[in-house]
Amino acid sequence: MAAPHDGPWLDESAGRLVRPYTVSDGRTRPTAQMDLLTQVMATGGPVIGYQGPDHTAALGLCAAPTSVAEIAAQLKLPAVVTKVLLSDLVDCGALTLRAPDFYHNPTDRSLLEAVLDGLRRQL
Amino acid sequence: MDYDDSSDPFPTALKILIAGGFGVGKTTFTGAVSEIAPLSTEELLTTVSEGTDDLTGVENKTTTTVAMDFGRITLDPGHVLYLFGTPGQERFWFMWDELSEGALGAVVLADTRRLEDCFAAVDFFEQRGMGFIVAINEFDGGYRYEPEEVRSAIDLDPRVPVVRCDARISSSGIATLLTLVKHLLAHAPAAPSYGAHT
Repeated sequence: MAAPHDGPWLDESAGRLVRPYTVSDGRTRPTAQMDLLTQVMATGGPVIGYQGPDHTAALGLCAAPTSVAEIAAQLKLPAVVTKVLLSDLVDCGALTLRAPDFYHNPTDRSLLEAVLDGLRRQL
Repeated sequence: MDYDDSSDPFPTALKILIAGGFGVGKTTFTGAVSEIAPLSTEELLTTVSEGTDDLTGVENKTTTTVAMDFGRITLDPGHVLYLFGTPGQERFWFMWDELSEGALGAVVLADTRRLEDCFAAVDFFEQRGMGFIVAINEFDGGYRYEPEEVRSAIDLDPRVPVVRCDARISSSGIATLLTLVKHLLAHAPAAPSYGAHT
């Protein structure tokens, strides 16, 4: 069996060996408001108190700004469980977060023009 | 809004939805333009089932997993675009509300062999007033319809662009996204600093 810090315990046929909500202690409400596009980044500060192996794995994915969606996908955990883990890390000072800021005006011209320019560079 | 402050490490995260019926090529489209292999995130949803016989008076709850595929395009150091595929099944419409929150707009993929599969997505974005375009995903061997034929079959607003694309090809996907963003810009309120664009 793989050591816990190597990621989720997975069995080829049974899948994840630890039920998803076990890693969040059964909690389904993160303490911080997050959605799939909320970005988090490690502060580099010490992690206060013991966090589980999934917390460690999550923190390891946050060296650069990373979205909640990407972390959930990498950890193979439901988004809501991932949000609980990440908000634990925010609460203990290991992560800083930035909520998506487009809610006020998704049709902002300067944003759309930045998207247009960025997409043209992909061609 | 100014996010050019160099002390702010976070880029602005933006979202475009890729919608359409089940199996129309949403994941293929997302994967072709994404800089990362398409990832999938899931939500566990507990819903009270309706329309089932309930003899015991106990609520029938079912847990459903809804997976959403997504990809990412880094536009520049300050802007990251995420593409989210919407769940194809109609019964997950309520997820679209959450997904569409804050989205710039949507690409509705259509397969001309099963055109009716895109009606639900078209209705949804029309009702929400969200900008969208229709992209006909041209599968090999599928009969090719003119975009105008598709427009009239969907009874689409004449201002909504209808384009052809090949969801497997990155440049085709990017061109489709460019059409969407140009369409959104054409209907975005002019910002004072940009003057009146037409």
